Amino acid sequence: MNIIIFYILAAVILIFSVLSVTSRRILRAATYLLFVLIATAGFYFLMEVNFLASVQLMLYAGGITVLIVFSILLTSNIDHKFEKSEIKKNIFSVLLVALGAGVSLSVLLNKTFNVKSNTEPVHVKKFGYALLNYGENGFVLPFEVISLLLLAAMIAAIMIAKKR
Amino acid sequence: MFLYDFSELTSSIHNSISSVMSPLATTVVEMVIAGIVFLLFYALVGLILVYAERKICAFFQCRLGPMRVGKWGLMQTIADFIKLLMKELIMIKNADKLLFNLAPFIVIIASFLAIGAIPFAKGLHALDFDIGVLYVMAVSSIGVLGILLAGWSSNNKYSLIGAMRSGAQVVSYELSVGLSLMTIVVLAGTMQFSEIVEAQNTGWFIFKGHIPALIAFVIFIISSTAETNRGPFDLAEAESELTAGFHTEYSGIKFALFFLGEYMNMFIVASIAATVFLGGWMPLHIVGLDSFNMIMDYIPPFIWFISKTAIIIFIMMWIKWTFPRLRIDQLLTLEWKYLLPINLVNITLMALCVLNQWHF
Repeated sequence: MNIIIFYILAAVILIFSVLSVTSRRILRAATYLLFVLIATAGFYFLMEVNFLASVQLMLYAGGITVLIVFSILLTSNIDHKFEKSEIKKNIFSVLLVALGAGVSLSVLLNKTFNVKSNTEPVHVKKFGYALLNYGENGFVLPFEVISLLLLAAMIAAIMIAKKR
Repeated sequence: MFLYDFSELTSSIHNSISSVMSPLATTVVEMVIAGIVFLLFYALVGLILVYAERKICAFFQCRLGPMRVGKWGLMQTIADFIKLLMKELIMIKNADKLLFNLAPFIVIIASFLAIGAIPFAKGLHALDFDIGVLYVMAVSSIGVLGILLAGWSSNNKYSLIGAMRSGAQVVSYELSVGLSLMTIVVLAGTMQFSEIVEAQNTGWFIFKGHIPALIAFVIFIISSTAETNRGPFDLAEAESELTAGFHTEYSGIKFALFFLGEYMNMFIVASIAATVFLGGWMPLHIVGLDSFNMIMDYIPPFIWFISKTAIIIFIMMWIKWTFPRLRIDQLLTLEWKYLLPINLVNITLMALCVLNQWHF
């Protein structure tokens, strides 16, 4: 059952990510991207990392895609279609993609993974304790640094949007 | 008696299926059964809510509402539904057909994903994640994409303006919904719906958490009304200015899907409010009054859940038919200048209450 769902999700991700970069209508490309992000959340659900899956859905599918779609709504017209890209550019991008895929595949196939069977699903409380833990294996410093970065970004956004 | 504990019923169904089939087929069959049950539930709740809305609206306006079809017009929504099914599906010229057809399904799928996590009664619970509250918030945030796509792909200015308004509204009010639920998560110490309900055995959270819980409840009702695009926050489909907003161009069953999606979202937020603040299927228990608690236990949990949800739905309809529609600037001021700061102070207050054991 899990194997079948894994292959369905993998097929969805592959097909829609290709469609997302080849579509000539910008909102369709954004919608295909949405499907890719939702299918990625499906992978996390399959691995029983429910917290990560929900965060993926909330931030990427519900947050970032909404932001992208919203900016498309503000800027583009429904009749607008992108021109077909030149063959030279296409060949170059295919080569680049092949190179990237080759590098990642060669690394992934050469590494032997420790397969742990029957692992317990990670409870969400562990995430909470780890985020605010300042002892060993704690993440309080990156957590606080990121929140500072977020604050700076918010202040910057308000400064840009403010009327003089 | 399965009225009081559905887990016996569900496990007996599971055992009888798995005794005749392989584990793979069992999972598939159970998924199909759960899907059909939810579909039937959708149709039923949709019909009842549309009828209730028309009747309640009529009574608030000193009318009788639908009276002709059946006793007190009870068959009216069924007749309307058959009429909707037979309407022509109009294909819009120059619309983006793929996205136009896809949009209603995104709205309805998002609400389907959310309703799976709601505990209807003891053991009657499709998905029980340890992050239940977060999961519901996450999947319901996808629904707005359907509205945005519908508005853009219709190739209509009214639809586009409706979609833009709806986007701004839902994205900002989601914060308040999330934070007011988080206030209760601080009190409960868990995000799992079944544990949240069990923890209210000794008193509902709205009583246990007194002042901060009450503030969170009011904020949740306001912001969830806004998140479901219902009046007085129905700017996305303001009839007097935008015809029908983002679904102006939709007809027939596709329009019906949007319509059903709106009512189901109302049902979902009402049932979450009932579960998180009012104890879900847990009967009203008062510590010390044992005989009173026993009498309350005789009412089946499912009845408790449905009646609490119905009361909250009635409050939301009451709000819709008494308040005039807000302007977009008033709407955003309400969220960003009032609800969000109140919410942030409130969550701190709740944390203080929990740390100092001020709650019951």
